[in-house]
Order: sequence, then structure tokens, then C-alpha cells
Amino acid sequence: MDSEIFYRSVSALDTLLDSGKLTSIELTKAVIERTKSIDAKLHAFISFDEEKTLNEAAQCDRRRKAGKKLSNLDGIPVGIKDLISERGQPLTCGSKILDGYVSPYDATVIERMRNAGCVLWGRLNMDEFAMGSSNENSYYGKVANPWDISRVPGGSSGGSAAAVASGETILALASDTGGSIRQPAAFCGIVGLKPTYGAVSRYGLVAFASSLDQIGPMGRSIEDVATLFHVISGYDDKDSSSYPVDKTNHNIESVKSKTIKTIGIPTEYFGEGLNPEVRQAIDDAVGFYKKAGHRIKEVSLTMTEYTMAVYYVIATAEASSNLARFDGIRYGYHSESAKDAVDLYYKTRGEGFGSEVKRRIMLGTYVLSNENFESYYLRAQKVRTLIRNDFMEAFKNVDLLITPVTPSLAFKIGEKSADPLQMYLSDIYTISINLAGLCALSLPCGLSSNGLPIGLQVIGKPFHEHEVLSLGYEFEQAHDFKNMHPTI
Amino acid sequence: MKDKSFDHSVHIENIATLARIHLADQERQDLAKSLDEILEYFDKLRTVNVEGVEPSAHAFPLYDILRDDEVGTPFDVKTALQNVPKRRNNQVIVPKIVE
Repeated sequence: MDSEIFYRSVSALDTLLDSGKLTSIELTKAVIERTKSIDAKLHAFISFDEEKTLNEAAQCDRRRKAGKKLSNLDGIPVGIKDLISERGQPLTCGSKILDGYVSPYDATVIERMRNAGCVLWGRLNMDEFAMGSSNENSYYGKVANPWDISRVPGGSSGGSAAAVASGETILALASDTGGSIRQPAAFCGIVGLKPTYGAVSRYGLVAFASSLDQIGPMGRSIEDVATLFHVISGYDDKDSSSYPVDKTNHNIESVKSKTIKTIGIPTEYFGEGLNPEVRQAIDDAVGFYKKAGHRIKEVSLTMTEYTMAVYYVIATAEASSNLARFDGIRYGYHSESAKDAVDLYYKTRGEGFGSEVKRRIMLGTYVLSNENFESYYLRAQKVRTLIRNDFMEAFKNVDLLITPVTPSLAFKIGEKSADPLQMYLSDIYTISINLAGLCALSLPCGLSSNGLPIGLQVIGKPFHEHEVLSLGYEFEQAHDFKNMHPTI
Repeated sequence: MKDKSFDHSVHIENIATLARIHLADQERQDLAKSLDEILEYFDKLRTVNVEGVEPSAHAFPLYDILRDDEVGTPFDVKTALQNVPKRRNNQVIVPKIVE
């Protein structure tokens, strides 16, 4: 068996599994061994259940042997960000307040992955309740970037990105509220898709900001990510925000087919604060698309300046409401020193939540309070309408947009942790996509002079995932970033 | 509209009470500082003309979507209560709330 089997693509693994030259048990053991050998440095996993995982792999092998494979993903290990419910497995959300919690049911995405034969591998580390851009906010330890372990992997899906990039898993399932899939994908040199709001069921996902949260796949190539997206997407009557998506284009052939597009370049995304090496890499990508025959058009998204303020008003308001459920009564941490019911809430939440979660609940509570509701929350919702209008206007003239994913390269651990506002600004190019309900892809498009990955963001119209994947695929095929791996 | 800054004299204790979160002294000080800075940043929303603009609660309009009212398979009591920190005889123990 190839000593680096954990870096192979889904289609290559599928072929090997079909031929009998590889078993899912062997593949799963390879990712488990890889994890055991390097995860002390990365802390990408919060927990894993080796026996359960290998049992699932054994079932996959039996199916393949009997000629009854469920899909191309049958037998492929997929890591799960630790905020998606898998029956019988712990779910912590990176928080002390959920320490010891065990999911009593499967999320819809998990059910769909089971039906496709995926091996549900370990629980991936994350910023507490998905609040963070560096994965420094986990109660279970900071995650390191496999390209340089003194740097952050991005967040909040930092564990997912680090695990995929370093071969600790083949694929990962994560969530994106303001960039939590795309920003860590960019920092760790992998591919991440934030599907359109409503395209993937969120039943079984712990809510952070319900009008923005979306589950999506992470992997090392567009094809791998598309394959998992096709499995998890589609209408679910258990999620009232689920949309009856037309899945006609949800196949690899549509991802691989090229059509000439008009690509918009938003001027405002290339202004002050953009790292010159990132800028150069994006300019080169734009040059590539132009040469490939696509039409390039400059567009203006005039509300860009306001997106971060809008996002942090809305996301914290929704979070303060969603996280009110953690009261120490029905599940999770329970303070032992409380003297009455109200004191139990205070102490459970005071002792159970970390500092960034407290900050956001406090902010959200403030902007929703009677005297501030109109001037912050309602106003932010109105500006959100203008942000969406901006994009819809741009999409009258272009099919897709191309931007950087992040203004900087992966930063040092500790560099921004004392300055929340600076930390929030690292999501400046990704948050508007969630506010406007669009889909967007992050894919590797370069390496900096000090060897750090750079990400390219492809933004599409609502429910046009096949278009963003297809444009990304064209770039990926002409470059070799998907075969570059960190040395760890 | 007069473009004055909001009053940022945030009453941390008041918000913490609304949010039901106990804060240690150091946390209270750190939060007061960062909330001030963040709220000042939010001030830029004041400069946007939003007259006549409808607020968006979601990225696209969502209406009440209801499933058919059919009986499903609920959890058994044991599963439903497996994560309750304090329980006895299939019941949740709560602190005394009436005198």
C-alpha cells in the first residue's frame, strides 16, 4: 500500500477499493495512524472512536465485496466538525458547556453520508460555538496550521482544515457562518465550499446564527468536495430553511464541463489592507481566466465597507438568542455552586462559556435590548438588504465573482487574540456571501514566499454551486496545488 | 439625521444580567474595553441611508413551512434524558422556583 495513501483523491481511492487492492479498513487505519502520529502537534481532533470507525469500515468492505457499494464515497473516511450531531458520539462545539454531551440522534447530513457509505471518522476541533477566525478559542486546545505550526489554521473550522491538509482525513464536513469553511481552507491550502443558504439541511447542526449558518464540505480537490456536496445537498423537511434544490447539475460531469463565463472583479475587494502576495496570486488567477477565454469585468460592491458591522450585529444578536438554551438544566455543564434557579443560569453560563462566546452573547444582548434594537439590529437588517441588492445588481452583468478569501496569510498564533476587532476583520471578504445568501468556493491558488497557502474565492448566484465548482475545477486542472502537501 | 456617536457607556453589569452570565472582575474590565471599541466600529452603520429600505431577516424570503402533522417515532425517555445533568426516575431535577 502507498505510504501516503491518505493523500489520494476520492476517485483514486474508489478505484482502488473497487479493484480490491485496497480495503476501507486499510485506508481507515492509515488515517487513524497518521492522526496518532502527528495530531499531538496539530490538535485537529477533539475526540475519535477508533472501534466504531473501524466497524463502519468493515461494513463498507463487506458491501464492496458483495458488489453492493452505496456510492463512490463508500468506505471513505470523513471527519466531522464537532458541532454536527452523530448519534452516540460526543458533541462539544469546542465548549466546556457541552463537555460530556452525547448526540441522541443523527443530523440529516450524517444520515445522508451513512446512506452513501461514508466512514464517519473523528470529531474535529473548532472555535467554541464556531465563533472565531483562528481556532484559538477552543476549550480543547488551539489548532496549529500544518504548513507552519507556529501559525493559526484559520477558523472556525480550523481542525477540519488542518486534518484534511495533513492527511488525517480524506474529507471533512464543516460549517460556515461568515467564512468558517473558506478562510481555514485558504490558510491550509485546501478546497472548501460554502453552499447557498438552504442548499444543505441544518437539522442536527448546533445553531450559531440561524440566518447565516450553512453546512459544507472540505477536501483536497474540487472533485472530492463536489462529490460530498452532491451527497449532502437537497431538500429536508426537518429544516424549515431547506430549499427544494434542483439537483440536475449535481454531478461531476457538470463540474468538469467548461463554459465561457463573464467573471466580475469587485474593486472594493482589492483595496487597502490586502497583502501584496495575496493580491498578486489573485491577479494571476484572473489573468489565467482571461487567457482561458472568459470575459473579465470590473464591478462595484458599494456596501462592502459596511459588511463587517452588519455581520457582527446580526450574528451576535442571533447567537445571543440561540445560546440562551444553555441553562444547565436539560443538557451540558451544570454549576454545582448555585443557590437558586437564576443563580444556576448565571454560574453555569459564566463557568461554561469561554471569553469570545461571552463577548458575542453580550454584544448580541446589547444590540437586541429595547433601547438599542432600532439603531443597531433593525438598521443592520436594512443594510443587509442593501448588501444583497448590491450583489444581485452585479449578477445582472456577470455570472460569477472572483475575490481573495482573506486579506492576509495565515497569521501567528497569539498575533490577533488580544484584539477582537482585528480578528473580526480577517473575515472581511467572506462574510458578505453569508449575508447575501450566495454560494462560494475557496481553492488554493498560490504559495507565499514563506511557503504559506493563498486562497481564491469564487462566488456564485444562489444555488449555482455547479458554476463555482466548474470555474474552480478549470483553474485546479491547470495548476498543481492539489498535489502540494505540508511537511509535517 | 444628526451624525452623533452612540452613547458607548455600556453598562456591563446590566447586559450581563440580561444575558444571565456571571462575569469575573477581570472579564468585566476586558469586555467593557472591547465592547466599547466594537460598538464604536458599528457606528459606521449610522452613515448609511436606509430610508424606505425593508429589513432582511434572511437572505431570501422564508415563509412558514410546516410539515404534515403526522406522528413520527419519538425518542424513548431514556434517550431523551440521557444528557440531563440532574435527573431522577425519568424526570429532570430543577432548582426550587417557588417559595
